[in-house]
Amino acid sequence: MPEYQTHDYDVLVIGAGGAGLRAAIEASANGVRVGVITKSLLGKAHTVMAEGGIAAALSNTDERDDWKVHFADTMRGGQYVNNWRMAELHAKEAPERVRELEAWGALFDRTKDGRILQRNFGGHRYPRLAHVGDRTGLEMIRTLQDHGIHLGMEVHMEATVLKLLKDDQGRIAGAFGYERERGRFLLFHAKAVVLATGGIGRAYKVTSNSWEYTGDGHSLAYDAGASLMDMEFVQFHPTGMIWPPSVCGILVTEGVRGEGGVLKNIEGRRFMFDDIPENYRSQTADNEEEGWRYTQGDRDARRPPELLTRDHVARCIMREIREGRGSPHGGVYLDIAWIKNRIPKGAEHIKRKLPSMYHQFKQLADIDITEEPMEVGPTTHYMMGGVRVDADTQMSDVPGLFAAGECAAGLHGANRLGGNSLSDLLVFGKRAGEHAARFANKNGSATRLRLDSEQIKSLAHTALAAFEREGESPYDVQFDLQDLMQKLVGIVRREEEMRGALDGIEQLKKRAEAVAVAGNREYNGGWHTALDLPHLLSVSEMITRAAIERKESRGAHFREDYPQKNDSEWRCNIVVRRSESGQMTVRRQPIPEMPCELKQIISEMK
Amino acid sequence: MAVATFRIWRGNSEGGEFRDYTTEVFPGMVVLDAVHRIQAEQANDLAVRWNCKAGKCGSCSAEINGNPRLMCMTRLNSLPLDRPVALQPMRAFPPIKDLVTDVSWNYRVKKTIRKFEPRPPDDGNGTWLMAQADVDRVQEFRRCIECYLCQDVCHVLREHSLHDYFVGPRFLVHTAALEMHPLDIGSRTGDLKNQHGISYCNITKCCTKVCPEGIAITDNAIIPLKERVVDEYFDPVRKLFRILRT
Ligand SMILES: Cc1cc2nc3c(=O)[nH]c(=O)nc-3n(C[C@H](O)[C@H](O)[C@H](O)COP(=O)(O)OP(=O)(O)OC[C@H]3O[C@@H](n4cnc5c(N)ncnc54)[C@H](O)[C@@H]3O)c2cc1C
Ligand code: SF4
Ligand code: SF4
Ligand code: FES
Repeated sequence: MPEYQTHDYDVLVIGAGGAGLRAAIEASANGVRVGVITKSLLGKAHTVMAEGGIAAALSNTDERDDWKVHFADTMRGGQYVNNWRMAELHAKEAPERVRELEAWGALFDRTKDGRILQRNFGGHRYPRLAHVGDRTGLEMIRTLQDHGIHLGMEVHMEATVLKLLKDDQGRIAGAFGYERERGRFLLFHAKAVVLATGGIGRAYKVTSNSWEYTGDGHSLAYDAGASLMDMEFVQFHPTGMIWPPSVCGILVTEGVRGEGGVLKNIEGRRFMFDDIPENYRSQTADNEEEGWRYTQGDRDARRPPELLTRDHVARCIMREIREGRGSPHGGVYLDIAWIKNRIPKGAEHIKRKLPSMYHQFKQLADIDITEEPMEVGPTTHYMMGGVRVDADTQMSDVPGLFAAGECAAGLHGANRLGGNSLSDLLVFGKRAGEHAARFANKNGSATRLRLDSEQIKSLAHTALAAFEREGESPYDVQFDLQDLMQKLVGIVRREEEMRGALDGIEQLKKRAEAVAVAGNREYNGGWHTALDLPHLLSVSEMITRAAIERKESRGAHFREDYPQKNDSEWRCNIVVRRSESGQMTVRRQPIPEMPCELKQIISEMK
Repeated sequence: MAVATFRIWRGNSEGGEFRDYTTEVFPGMVVLDAVHRIQAEQANDLAVRWNCKAGKCGSCSAEINGNPRLMCMTRLNSLPLDRPVALQPMRAFPPIKDLVTDVSWNYRVKKTIRKFEPRPPDDGNGTWLMAQADVDRVQEFRRCIECYLCQDVCHVLREHSLHDYFVGPRFLVHTAALEMHPLDIGSRTGDLKNQHGISYCNITKCCTKVCPEGIAITDNAIIPLKERVVDEYFDPVRKLFRILRT
C-alpha cells in the first residue's frame, strides 16, 4: 500500500496565483477551513509576472470612464461571444477590488492629487490600468500573500493535484496529489474545490508562460466531467522577445506601446496604420501626431493603432514578417527610444516608466531600449478558454467544483484585453471563494469521500508507472507536442493542418503512456514532466477540436480557410465535454439574450 | 559547436558530490538554459526551481562559481567558460535535492511579522491620498522578489546559523516596507529588538551586494530601522521629544 497523508478542508483551493489567493482569502473570511495547494512556492505563481496593470474603471485619470465603458470595451474586445453577465459583474466590481488591495497594503503609482494613477492599454477607451511601474503582478500577489497568511489558511507549497475526486452522487469530494519535494502522496477531503490553476501556454513552443502552465485545471475539470468553453481562443501576444534564442517568447509588456512605443518594419514604416479594422476606426488615430498626443494624455486624441487589440496587432506583425518586411531575426521593431525627441530627459523617463523592460533587455539581450529599438514577435500568452462556470457563483456544472481566473472561461470571449486578467482574478476569485464557502456550509455534511484503498492504490500506481519501465524521455514527447501545436494550431489555422494535429496528438498520447523516468521520487524534474503530459495532451486536443469546429475567424481564432467573421452562424460558444463513454464531444452553445440595458450600453458606445 | 562544462552539485539532505556535464552553448544563453539542456538531455531527474526566466519570481537562486545569483539572469558570456562553471544550491538553507533547498523557514518567519495596519481612510469611499514621493520610498522595498539570496550571504544565518534569533535581511526589508508605508500606523520596533534580532546585523552590507533587485538593503532599510529601535529604547530624550511633537 503506498503511503499518503490525509488532509481535511471545507474548501480546497488549487492554485496560489491571484485568483486562488483571492478565493482563499474570501473563503477564510467566511469562516470555513481552507487549504491552498500550489505547484511552486508561495508568491511565485504566474501572477507575479504580470507587468502592465489591473483594469478598473476608477475614473481617477479620466472622469469620463465608468463601468459601462469598461463593459462595452470588454465585450467589443471579446467580439461579443463573452458571457455578458461576467463582463458586467467584472466592470462593476473591479474598482472595489482594487481599492481593497490598497487597504491591504498595495502601493500603486499616484496621480498628482494623490489618487491611484491609471495608464492606457490596448482596447481600453480611457486610461484605466492601475499599476506599479511594470511590476504590477508582483505588487498584487505579494499583497494577497501577505494578507492571506494571517487568516489561518493552510498552504501546501510545491504540491501537485493529479485528480479530482467525487462522491457517489457526483459531487466534488476531494483531490489526490503529491508533494513535489519528497514525492509523497496526498489525499484531500474537501466539501468544495476551487480551481485556480492558470493557463496552458506550455502546449506551445514559443510562450511567455512558465513550466506551470500545463493546463492542469482545464484537464482535471474535463476529467471530472465538467464542461469547458472557448477552447479555440488562445491569445498570442504581439510582442514577445525573439532574440537571442534563449529568451524567445519572454513578454515585452504592452505598457511599452502605452507609453508611446511604436511598431516598425525593416523599411521603417509604421505598418499598423495600414490596416485598421472597421469597428475600431472611429476610435483610432489616423496620423502619428494624434497617436502620440493620446499616449501623453491628450483627452481629445484617439489611440494610435499600436494599441488596437492583441489579436489584430499580432496578425499585422505576422503579415509583415511573412511578406518579407521583418527584422533580421524574424520579428519587427518596437521603438520606445524615439520618444527622446519629444520628452526632455527621455531616457530617464523610459527607465522610470518601464524599469523591468529596461533591465530585461539590458541584461538578457545587450540592448539599451533608451537607445535602440527592440526586436519583437508574437508569443503564446493567455488562454481565454476554460471551465464553463455560472457567472455569479463561478460554479461549474459539477456540483461543488468552482473555477476562477485564467482557467475559467467567459469574461474575455474571443480576445482578452490587457489588464482585464488581473481584475478578473480579483473579482471572480472573490466570488468563487465566497460561493465555495457557502456551498461547503450548505452541502458539506452530506459529502464524504468514500475511497477504498484499492482506488488509492491504483491512482498511486498510475502516477508511479513511469519509474517501472524503460522508454523515451518525457521531455522529448513534450518538445514534440510543443512543435506540433506551434506549427499546426497556431496564430493562422487551416482545417487540414489541424486534422493532422489531431493525428499527431493521438500518436503522442501513446508515446506519453510509455515514457520512462530515472532516479527517485524526490524533486524529480523528469517525473514531474511525465505527470504533466496527460494534461498538456488533453488541452491540446480540446483546443484543436474546438478550433476545427469554429469555421470562421473571430478574435484570437484566425482561420485562413474561413477568414471572415460570420455572426449569423458563429456568434455562439463552443463547448467541450467528455461523454459517458469517454469520448471528447464538441457542441455549439447559443449565447443567452442580453438584457436591454446592456444592449443599450453597447449601442451607445459603438 | 561551442560547448561548456557545468560542475553541478548532485545530492540530497544526506550528502552529495559535484558532477560534470558538458553541453552545447549558444549566444545569449543564461545559466538556467544550460541547466535545462542538461536536464532534458543528460540528467532527467536533476532538481532545479524556476518559473519566470526573467528575474521576476525569485525562484532560481543558486551559487554560481561561489556567487549567489539568479540563474536566469546570469549570462554565460559573463562567466569564464574555459573551466567548469560550478553550480551549487544556496548554503544557508538545508538541501532538498541538487540545486533545490528547503526555504520554508522564510515563510514561517514572515508570519511572525506584524501585518499591515492602515490609518482610517481619508475619503468616505474608503480611499486614501498619498504623494508619489512617499510611495516611491517604499516601492523600493516592495520590489523584493523573495529570492532569499540576501539571506544566503548573511553571515549571521550562513555561518552562525542563528535562524532562531535573527530574521535576516529579507525580513528587515519587509519590516521596513511596513514601517515606512505611508498609511501604516502599526509599530514593529519592539519586535525588531526583542524577537527579530536586528542587533545581530553588524552592517557588513553583503546582503546589499547580492540583491538582484538592487535594493539598498542596509542603507535604506536596516540602518533606518536600527535608528528607530535606538530612538525608541535607548534615547529617552529623543523619545520624549517625539511624543511632545506629535
Ligand atoms: C509575462 C506576463 C505578463 C502579464 N501581464 C499582465 C498584465 O499586465 N495585466 C493582466 O491583467 N494580465 C497579465 N498577464 C496575465 C495574467 O498574469 C495571468 O492570466 C494571471 O496571473 C493568471 O492568474 P491565475 O490566478 O489564474 O493563475 P496563476 O497566477 O498562474 O496561478 C496558478 C496557480 O495554480 C497552481 N497550479 C497549477 N496547476 C496545479 C496543480 N495541478 N496542482 C496544484 N497547483 C496547481 C500553480 O502552481 C499556481 O500557484 C500576464 C501574463 C504573463 C505571462
Ligand atoms: S548587513 Fe546585516 S543583514 Fe546584511 S549581510 Fe551584513 S549582517 Fe547580514
Ligand atoms: S531583498 Fe533582494 S536579495 Fe533579498 S530576497 Fe529580496 S530581492 Fe532577493
Ligand atoms: S526563474 Fe524567475 S527569477 Fe529566475
